[in-house]
Amino acid sequence: MLEDKKSYSNIFLNGIFNDNPIFRLALSMCPAVGISTNMMNGLLMGIAVLFVQFCSSLTISLIKDFIHPRIRIPTYTLTIATWVTVTDLVLAAFFPVAYKSLGIFVRLIVVFCFITMRLDVFARKNPVFPSLVDAVGMGMGFMLGMIAIGGVRELMGMGTLLGYDVLGFRPLLFFVLPASGFFVVGFMMAIFNYTEIVFNRRKRARRTAS
Amino acid sequence: MKFSRIMRLMICAIIVLACAACNTEHRFVKKTEFKGTNTIVICFAGPVDKDWATNPASIQINEEQDPDILLKIESIELSEDGKTLTINMKDSVNKTSVHQVALNDIMADGKSQGSAVVSVKKLYWGNLLSILIGAIFVQNYVFVKYLGLCVYLGVTQKKSTAVGMGFTFTIVILFSTSISWFLYQYILKPFQIEFLQIIVFIGLVSLTVQAVDTILRKVNPILFKEFGVYLVLIISSCLILAVPLIMAAQDYDFFESLMLSGGAGLGFFIALFLMACVRERIDLAPIPESYKGMPIAFIVSGLFALSFMGFSGMSLF
Repeated sequence: MLEDKKSYSNIFLNGIFNDNPIFRLALSMCPAVGISTNMMNGLLMGIAVLFVQFCSSLTISLIKDFIHPRIRIPTYTLTIATWVTVTDLVLAAFFPVAYKSLGIFVRLIVVFCFITMRLDVFARKNPVFPSLVDAVGMGMGFMLGMIAIGGVRELMGMGTLLGYDVLGFRPLLFFVLPASGFFVVGFMMAIFNYTEIVFNRRKRARRTAS
Repeated sequence: MKFSRIMRLMICAIIVLACAACNTEHRFVKKTEFKGTNTIVICFAGPVDKDWATNPASIQINEEQDPDILLKIESIELSEDGKTLTINMKDSVNKTSVHQVALNDIMADGKSQGSAVVSVKKLYWGNLLSILIGAIFVQNYVFVKYLGLCVYLGVTQKKSTAVGMGFTFTIVILFSTSISWFLYQYILKPFQIEFLQIIVFIGLVSLTVQAVDTILRKVNPILFKEFGVYLVLIISSCLILAVPLIMAAQDYDFFESLMLSGGAGLGFFIALFLMACVRERIDLAPIPESYKGMPIAFIVSGLFALSFMGFSGMSLF
């Protein structure tokens, strides 16, 4: 089933739309609220999570035959912790400024539920290549979510994007406040829900019409 | 009999701690403390000479972590009996860091008492209390630091589950942080393998949760039936890993880390309880369909976070 190309693209898009970690599953909200004050932070956090998810999916799908089912969760945790340590040290050595602005959240990638979930749901049961596609999809989904939240907050708060001046004025300084992360995530989720409701209503109307 | 022995031991421990708290390093200097925002007070065992005290070369003050930067002194006052020296600084002092006061060649009654370097720090008990209050309110882990949101949103549907989770969480975090303190101070630090702290702490947290699970199941099955469900959830909370990491980064001693973890647990408890109360009311309220569930929960948390911002900048002692 997994051999044809269409299903690969399905796996990839599943992580971005249907199972989007931030907007759909509402898992790992801490970085989405805590450090999404600008787009750069969101991008860096997304890249870090993508790297960790990719490497741990690779590791687990390679060694899946040797893991006893009863100790699988500790194995996942230790695998993720190893890769997070690698990311942490690399970021601290090569990007010290960005590392400081991300703060403790880089180390907390260990306890992001959706990485463990993907390892348990997908990488444990599938060969290496589909697992990697799934990992990239999930990581991209998280990264795009973070970029969206960070972009909205930066644009609304400072009138800039990635540090470049876009609007030329500051619409609402409220969005730079740390507490506004909750509001932005709440409003964006509501917009997602609203489009889905409208979409479903139209679909139903079309079906009854035909 | 057994109880009284424990009490005696506790009193001894408290006395030893109290002695350690008000100890200074020189026999002639009795007490040092901060007063107000920019004043340091030094009490001597006997009267010191006014000429010595007003001589600017005799007193130098710096923060312990950077000894090269001397802090500027505005004025020095000596009390009537010559035993209390009040030093007014030009800028306000950062009370969280330890300050060193170098007293060069103390002169009392015309005789030299030798030089002394004494440290000025916050009162130990006050420090502990301020860490506790800080972790509960000022730096509330949910509303100010945005940690542990998955569990926070997951268990606040009902008041009873929120209370159960808060209670279990406080106990587990107290255990796991004290164990990780021992491991950090006596194994990771001496062997200089601090970079392994993420792996060690997450392993330790899982082990603690498993241990509490097993012990509770054997010792108190009724309590286990009530709170056992939450134990598994705890591992997926960011907070349980963040507290040991902060403890290691700040290099706290044992009692400070106990206060930090207790404060984190209580703060989490308060956040869960507040949110559960609100969400029980929201279920009955007429809200737009697209806001039902998660979005309205986020907006309510945002309002809570705004109100908790009122605590920022508050400092005790």
